[in-house]
Amino acid sequence: MDKRITNNIAVAVLWVAAGITVAVLGAIIIYVFVNGVRVLSPAFIFTWPHGVNSEGGVWPTIVSTLYVTILSMLICTPVAVLAAVYLAEYAHQGRIVSIIRFAADSLASVPSIVMGLFGFALFVEAMGFGLSMLSASLALSLLMLPIVMRATEEAIRSVPRYIRWGSYGMGATKWQTVSKVVLPAAAPRVITGIVLATGRAVGETAVVFYTMGQAIWLPISPLESGRPMTVHLYLLAVEGINLPAAYGTALLLMLMILGFNLSARWILKRYRKV
Amino acid sequence: MTPVQATSFHHNLPHSEPGDVKISVRGLNFWYSDFNALTGISVEIRKKAVTAFIGPSGCGKSTFLRCMNRMNDLIPGTRVEGTMLLDGADIYGQGVDPVDLRRRVGMIFQQPNPFPQSIYDNVAYGPRLQGVKKKSDLDGLVEESLKRANLWKEVKDILGRGGLTLSGGQQQRLCIARVLAVEPEVLLMDEPCSAIDPTSVQKIEDLMAELKDTVTIVIVTHNMQQAARVSDYTAFFLQELAGEPAAMVEFGRTSDIFTSPTDKRTEDYITGRFG
Repeated sequence: MDKRITNNIAVAVLWVAAGITVAVLGAIIIYVFVNGVRVLSPAFIFTWPHGVNSEGGVWPTIVSTLYVTILSMLICTPVAVLAAVYLAEYAHQGRIVSIIRFAADSLASVPSIVMGLFGFALFVEAMGFGLSMLSASLALSLLMLPIVMRATEEAIRSVPRYIRWGSYGMGATKWQTVSKVVLPAAAPRVITGIVLATGRAVGETAVVFYTMGQAIWLPISPLESGRPMTVHLYLLAVEGINLPAAYGTALLLMLMILGFNLSARWILKRYRKV
Repeated sequence: MTPVQATSFHHNLPHSEPGDVKISVRGLNFWYSDFNALTGISVEIRKKAVTAFIGPSGCGKSTFLRCMNRMNDLIPGTRVEGTMLLDGADIYGQGVDPVDLRRRVGMIFQQPNPFPQSIYDNVAYGPRLQGVKKKSDLDGLVEESLKRANLWKEVKDILGRGGLTLSGGQQQRLCIARVLAVEPEVLLMDEPCSAIDPTSVQKIEDLMAELKDTVTIVIVTHNMQQAARVSDYTAFFLQELAGEPAAMVEFGRTSDIFTSPTDKRTEDYITGRFG
């Protein structure tokens, strides 16, 4: 066959494959947007649901979701970042490190429903935190841990060796080099990793379903229960209570995750300029 | 073929007077794990002078340079034999902290490597490590170091800008300023000009001439013209066979090495017959 024809066919196949990806994404977004935008209003965002059919807004679920997301980020970040620093900079690169890395990768692929069950058994039951923000945050941070850890590790490894040499070459210790040069240089990618993991936590359903409960409640203390947006959405849709509100919640959820992802890109771009 | 013979000291170098020699090396051997990279290196690095190491790629000159501030310690499996004295004290002696050593023997690399921070923070990095906190002290050190590196005029109004926004040549002078801020006694320069533009090369060569009164300079260079231009002493390194250790073939005053080398191999190299 003519080489040019082969080439054109290849290009066409690749184009179609790429096109399908974009089309699927576009279809989901448009579908949720069209159905959700009708109910979206300040009142929907800032008022409580009421009545048997959950009329009204979704405010407590937004608060519950943000509460648990921020708390899990605070729990997960120090552990994940320090573990990554140890793995990338200090640990002797051998079998143990490969095992830890393999464990992290496996942890990342544990189905979230299993993670939820584990969180329920450990935090809700065994440790006695009950269905609460704290239990949900701890369980979510287990989910985020490998994502942030691997992102941080990659970020640290991508800091060029000669930048470290610059620091060592003027009499800096290892810790000074790591804390004052390597980590700041890796920071944009670390933050990106944290934000992406947080986006994952916002959208997580199974884990919070097990560990937070579903009480419509505005949580103040970490030991209080609540109902995250994802669970609210699930209940509204599955029990057929209020489908328009479900779409509205879905749209809000997607906008929040979009916001997280865009801010991650923005951080990366902004720091790259320095 | 026999390995390269021991270094010959000749060209009636001035007899070393006390205080004249900054770094003195005797019979140094170096290993990367099982590979004997350098053998029998002996050389004296003089104060208030620029010493150049020349030789073809892979001849061990950069490896030897990194022995002088123990940067090779960062590579697992490396080993040094022989003596290397800084002001008479063994660099590899017991109880010597390589971190302290590197503060006295600073290093500039082939690739300009400013930290991804502001120009000011780059230069203030070393003093801050040593506990300088007062803003006015830091300001003074930053200004003085940038002036010594001939960069002050170009950056004095943009100290808050990222070091990586500068041109390659400016970045290299920023790195020199950064090292000068910790007031090293010796400055090791590992092909500092091979990754920057010719105009900047000129500036860095001028800078070396200015700095050598206060800092002992050792430079590794691929560029023989550069060695001839900037250095007072030159050492020629050669690895004669792949897999064999490299050695120093000849060491002497730069003017002598380039006009009347005693070793045939040196002559062949500087006349461009190989390398």
